[in-house]
Amino acid sequence: MLDAAKTPPALELRNITKTYTVKQGLIGKRRPLTAVRDVSLKLEKGEVLGLVGESGCGKSTLAKILLGLEPPTSGEVLVDGQALGVQDRLALARRIQPIFQDPYSSLNPRKSIADIVSLPLRIHGIGDAASQQKAVRDMLDVVGLPPRVMNTFPSQMSGGQRQRVAIARALIMKPEIVICDEPTSALDVSVQSQILNLLGDLRAEFGLTYLFISHNLAVVEHLATRVAVMYLGRIVEDVSSDDLFDASAHPYTQALLQSVLTPEPGLGVPDTQLGMAYPNPIDPPSGCGFHPRCRHATNLCSAQAPRPVPHRDGHVECHLHDPETAMFGTD
Amino acid sequence: MTDTFLDVKGLTIDIPVGGGTLHAVRGIDFELKRGEVLCIVGESGSGKSLTSLALMGLLGRRIKVRAERMDFDGTALLDASPRQMRSLRGARMSMIFQEPMTSLNPAYTIGDQLMEAMLLHRDVSRAEARARAVDLLEKVGITAAASRLGQYPHQLSGGLRQRVMIAMALMCGPELIIADEPTTALDVTIQAQILRLLVDLVREMGMAMILITHDLGVVARVADKVAVMYAGELVETGLAADVFRAPMHPYTRGLLRCIPQPGKSRRGEPLGTIRGIVPSLVGEVSGCVFRTRCDEAVAACRGTIPQHWPGDGHAFRCVHASGARIAEQEGA
Repeated sequence: MLDAAKTPPALELRNITKTYTVKQGLIGKRRPLTAVRDVSLKLEKGEVLGLVGESGCGKSTLAKILLGLEPPTSGEVLVDGQALGVQDRLALARRIQPIFQDPYSSLNPRKSIADIVSLPLRIHGIGDAASQQKAVRDMLDVVGLPPRVMNTFPSQMSGGQRQRVAIARALIMKPEIVICDEPTSALDVSVQSQILNLLGDLRAEFGLTYLFISHNLAVVEHLATRVAVMYLGRIVEDVSSDDLFDASAHPYTQALLQSVLTPEPGLGVPDTQLGMAYPNPIDPPSGCGFHPRCRHATNLCSAQAPRPVPHRDGHVECHLHDPETAMFGTD
Repeated sequence: MTDTFLDVKGLTIDIPVGGGTLHAVRGIDFELKRGEVLCIVGESGSGKSLTSLALMGLLGRRIKVRAERMDFDGTALLDASPRQMRSLRGARMSMIFQEPMTSLNPAYTIGDQLMEAMLLHRDVSRAEARARAVDLLEKVGITAAASRLGQYPHQLSGGLRQRVMIAMALMCGPELIIADEPTTALDVTIQAQILRLLVDLVREMGMAMILITHDLGVVARVADKVAVMYAGELVETGLAADVFRAPMHPYTRGLLRCIPQPGKSRRGEPLGTIRGIVPSLVGEVSGCVFRTRCDEAVAACRGTIPQHWPGDGHAFRCVHASGARIAEQEGA
């Protein structure tokens, strides 16, 4: 691990909590919904951190906080060791750029590709029109699009081409960190592999740091160097990709791994024994948020929330792996 | 009960578009026995959803559907009157759609929507239909089933809605279920549960299922038979075990190389890709449709493409008869 005193992480979250107030029904009472609960996370330079979890676990909320699109309710975001306040949004945007899930809705249909890709340059007032055009042409070349697409519109492009445009727009500011929020889940498999390869090449070429959000563990495992597993607003485990398959500890991580359907005939569909649905974040279960779906759950799990304990070179939040509470052994 | 009861030969779907005809599906053949699961796998635009809608007789009149044969248990579906089709749909063949959010009616309760088909097709009382609805909701793993009947779709999560869709498709005890990407909108954990449920129900009730998906992982785990569809044609068909063990068509092999496989594809190494894009299917389509993206393409690919039978029931269309040779090179 890098020495934190010498090289601060590219991005660090300290005790981030985000609470929304939601109203249930027309005459319902306003109630708090904690989407992200006291999350601390470090993203080292050059790392690819995969963030996985089911819908509603708070992973997209976390991405919005990182991008400065939503202020956290409490806690702080540090970039290169420096805290960022609301006033620094423009500076933040130079260093952190997003690639969103749906290339059909994340590009303005009325703007030409050249306009879309050059918009960040114009907002930040970088260069004149001629140099901006050149930068756009160069960047389109980097993402594998011919210069002739500059004057076309998103509706004339395929899903994969649009996602390349979104990547070009994100990279034109030469950011250090790219937040990829499900960048390939709207794409066909043959296009998905092209985009994943492109993201891998660009990382090597520009020395980028990625936060890669996905619900597809196979995709995350392929690209990420570390994996953080999120459940009900908490990072319940963070583990190096090398350890993910052999040494991940949390029962939820294991259930997610089991759910990956590899193209091996004859194995059938795995029984994850997860039982029923994901809990409603408005009424989170007591104790460990995962206990209603966990096959190892005990009385302790419903009474007391587990604390993060070190595991390998990451951490895990589970009573089974806490030396003080794991009196019943694993499995 | 192993007779073929769905027999499709030469199914062709043409869509008139501005300035020509879109040949969306061109002469595909497949058959299905009771208790079997056939997966049609392909990417967007391959015509897999159109195929399922044609079977159900749900395509508009503007779209031309032709076939040498499209028989469902002795009934020629293409010659059936609208009235005959109505009595089949929902009763003997039913469909599960991809988007449980949009295919449930937000203005009716779950119970009303579940019971509708049964009250229409079967001579049962409301109480009997209600009992069946509760029974099936429990079967698809919904807790407090009776109290769900009064709820509206927006009160349920995506996974629960998809379970309701499945229960709805089962209400009249159909013999054929067509599931069009039933788990694509769901989380992986829920996907595994729903697929297990569907497969168990098919086996238990002796139904047949056509599952339409783009996910090769789903196909491998669920299918008895696989049909790989590309740009309106079935390029490779066969038993799932054969197709995955020895994929013959360059497209099938390309698709399998594209997906990251934990433990198999090396992390950080480039995945396989299929270059180019799907060709336009408007106007005359000839030769192999995959040739514009195929690394093995030769001049003969513009001509008539022969069908090869590398094994019992395993078939593919390609000018290269020795698909295995190329597969061996890859393995080396």
